[in-house]
Amino acid sequence: MANDPIHQFQISKLIPIEIGGLDFSFTNSSLFMVATVATAGAFLYLTTSSRGLVPSRLQSVSEMSYEFVANMLRDAAGTHGMKFFPLVFSLFMFVLVANLLGMFPYFFTVTSHIIVTFALSMLVMGTVVIYGFWKHGLKFLGLFVPEGVPAILVPLVVLIEVISFLSRPISLSVRLFANMLAGHITLKVFAGFVVSLGSLGALGIGGALLPLLMTIALTGLEFLVSFLQAYVFAVLTCMYLNDALHPSH
Amino acid sequence: MFVAPAFAQELETEAHGETHSEVGVDHGAGGGSFPPFDSSTYPSQLLWLAITFGLFYLFLQKVVLPRIGGILEVRSDRIAQDLDQAAKLKEEADAALAAYEQELADAKSKANAIGQDAREAAKAEAEAERKQVEASLESKLSEAEARIALIKDAAMRDVGQIAEETTGLIVKELIGTTMDKSAVSSAVKASRR
Repeated sequence: MANDPIHQFQISKLIPIEIGGLDFSFTNSSLFMVATVATAGAFLYLTTSSRGLVPSRLQSVSEMSYEFVANMLRDAAGTHGMKFFPLVFSLFMFVLVANLLGMFPYFFTVTSHIIVTFALSMLVMGTVVIYGFWKHGLKFLGLFVPEGVPAILVPLVVLIEVISFLSRPISLSVRLFANMLAGHITLKVFAGFVVSLGSLGALGIGGALLPLLMTIALTGLEFLVSFLQAYVFAVLTCMYLNDALHPSH
Repeated sequence: MFVAPAFAQELETEAHGETHSEVGVDHGAGGGSFPPFDSSTYPSQLLWLAITFGLFYLFLQKVVLPRIGGILEVRSDRIAQDLDQAAKLKEEADAALAAYEQELADAKSKANAIGQDAREAAKAEAEAERKQVEASLESKLSEAEARIALIKDAAMRDVGQIAEETTGLIVKELIGTTMDKSAVSSAVKASRR
């Protein structure tokens, strides 16, 4: 089981809880959600507690992430979009810290489960749809009708727009999920090669060098992917929120 | 291999909505399924995600983001304030420099004026003195000329008498007789003409 690359995604119950026939157990996934939230929250809270006019290094990390997300949101959705800043920042930090925590050996990667990423993307799309209708009423549907399209093409364009809108939560969630899943499986497989080749004797140890180097390179790549996927998730969130704020094309 | 049925299962459970847990439990109990598609774990994951992410969101919104926003705002305010102050100080320095230059120019022109005045005063004084000296010289000169004229007149007056006396004496020596004074003087007068 230890060499099974899928094993790392196994969910095990730590505190079994069952309510109304549904299994709400506190699992290793829940534990790492708590760890993610605690790490991110504690980092942001503690590094800014001195409120230094001249920031310390860690305080400037918190400030940089704040300004990074703020600029991202302002560029994509304008100043009106800043009312969604807490949401986007929470999503970015949650995904980023969950991804990075997953890079520790034996740690569980919260974002490698489609239900988590899907829930997060549905949170985004739900916000977009509810805010869009609440703010613009039926004009929000203008999102699906680009201006300047010949009347004959309108039904086709609307169909395409609707499909693309509906596929957004899927693409948003699958992108993050698949990246984390595939990255961790690849890492595990190559690391497994190191062990199995290494156990074959002298020649095997020489041969194990290759997957070892590969594992090292992949680890670096996975850190990049961890950040990049959090960034992509946040950027797309900003762009979708922009649709809710300014539905006309 | 196992992905396809699991994914199909997921789609099915999505469609069924509420029933998915039961299906999932059955499926999970079967074992060997791909964990991310094991829908028996979904309720737990969703619940804990909602709890943790919800708390995280609230914590960030209520505590962390206002704090970081405040820090950044205070800093940018402070920077703007410092820049303002720097601009103000620069203005003051510029004003002081302008005032200094103005005063310097004033002082220069004043110095020039004083110099000019002094020069003119000195010139006037020298002129006055020169005039005075000239005047005194002139008076001395005329005085001297008057004296010379006086002496000359006196001398001229005496010349006749001396000539008469001398003539009288010479005649006496030559002829041994005393001549009449008036004859001598008329003779001298005649010869002087």
